[in-house]
Amino acid sequence: MLAARCRRLKAEMGRVITITSGKGGVGKTTATANISAALAALGHKVVCIDADIGLRNLDVVLGLENRIVYDVVDVVEGRCKLRQAMIRDKRLEELYLLPAAQTRDKTAISPKDMKRVCEELAKDFDFVVIDSPAGIERGFNNAIAPADEIIIITNPEVSAVRDADRIIGIVEAEQKGPAKLVVNRINNELVNRGDMLAVADVLELLAVELIGIVPEDQAVLVSTNRGAPIALEAKSKTGQAFRDIARRLTGEQVPFTSGNGSGGFMGRLSKLIRTGGEKS
Amino acid sequence: MSPDVQIKGIREGLLVSVGSGDWLEAEQSLLTELGRQKDFLKGARLILDVDEHEINAASMGRLRDQMSEHGLSLWGVLSRSPLTERSAQAMGLATQIHHAEPEPEEVVDEEPAEGSVEANALLVRKTLRSGYNLSHSGHVSVIGDVNPGAQIIAGGNVVVWGRLRGLVHAGAAGDEGAVVCAMDLAPTQLRIAGHIAIPPTERGEPRPEIAFVKDGEVVAEEWNVGGQVPAIEG
Repeated sequence: MLAARCRRLKAEMGRVITITSGKGGVGKTTATANISAALAALGHKVVCIDADIGLRNLDVVLGLENRIVYDVVDVVEGRCKLRQAMIRDKRLEELYLLPAAQTRDKTAISPKDMKRVCEELAKDFDFVVIDSPAGIERGFNNAIAPADEIIIITNPEVSAVRDADRIIGIVEAEQKGPAKLVVNRINNELVNRGDMLAVADVLELLAVELIGIVPEDQAVLVSTNRGAPIALEAKSKTGQAFRDIARRLTGEQVPFTSGNGSGGFMGRLSKLIRTGGEKS
Repeated sequence: MSPDVQIKGIREGLLVSVGSGDWLEAEQSLLTELGRQKDFLKGARLILDVDEHEINAASMGRLRDQMSEHGLSLWGVLSRSPLTERSAQAMGLATQIHHAEPEPEEVVDEEPAEGSVEANALLVRKTLRSGYNLSHSGHVSVIGDVNPGAQIIAGGNVVVWGRLRGLVHAGAAGDEGAVVCAMDLAPTQLRIAGHIAIPPTERGEPRPEIAFVKDGEVVAEEWNVGGQVPAIEG
């Protein structure tokens, strides 16, 4: 085991990716579960960490809640080894979860603790995916401290986009950028009626690299309740959107097709409503 | 008490002055001193005077994290280094306290003196995102956008080579002759000296505009390339 670790040079360390949004309820946890599952399904070794201490959810969305024995706070406080706290997914061999503590709060760990844990994990895994809590306080700082890369999740709503913009600014100031963007819950019908911001409108303001467009889909609700990531459902278009994000993360060029809910948004780039009001 | 680190009470909170020399050493003695006095300092508004130390945003973020581990919160940073000032502003920290740097009572319309509005302009080459607060006693120029939720407060004029959609206050010390111009002037709120304007939400195609005070009201005129600069009352 030790010898295997020594053979891994610094360049072979896994990537630490933090998924964050600022605003709550935009789909960070769902995205973390699905992107992690999709990466693992591609054959990568993936561990996801729930950094939302006190309000843990990722275990539920992955359907692993009943297997938790130790959590990340136990690791940091030395009550168990890192290996003991990690839970292997029941469907994917290469997917693990490091759960959050439910009975503590964000101050139970520090940014330094998170860095140490992630450095350890990056030796053995290709991807360490961190689910950030909402907000820009301690929990958020814990989640972005170890990150090599940041993915921002936003919804096509003015308030979510505003928060995403703030987060991008903070990430730039911490020299973690440039952040990548996923626009979640796009409803093509509403966009075409001019009642929802289009992806192009979101991009115009945020001006960062887009790596995913996920359609609004009630099946996501069903899958998170069942604890089975939709990314593993081969026929689901929403699952396909998450699988595309995973492939783009590994460096593959995957076109944005109208099939996954973007509705040929590039063509409407200059025409549609502005964030400030009606088109003139 | 470490000889380099000085703590004194001021109206805004507690001013902590850091010693000169190498920043890593100065930071270390600062953290040691803060750690030793954390029970006394807890809950106070801490303002750090780092004088000429150059601190980038990442190191300042680390410093704030380390202070928060002692249960201390950083409220402001005073510095003579523009880099340090920008890092602090990027994290939403105050970079001016009032009686440390008194504002001139009125802007004198004469030869620019050292330290006056004219001699003191700031150029920012980036997009100011939501939450970014840029306060400066002189003129401010931005090459980039000013997004909704960001704000610029300037003693002098504000020029934005990009889209201006946040809050902007020119002539904040009372200069009614200050102007605001932008390639696309669509701020959430525009203030010049004591005047406040809320631009209409229904707008046509974006075009460069200049806003100024005329007959006691803020007006915006289209910028006419090659034409006359609008006559602005002083």
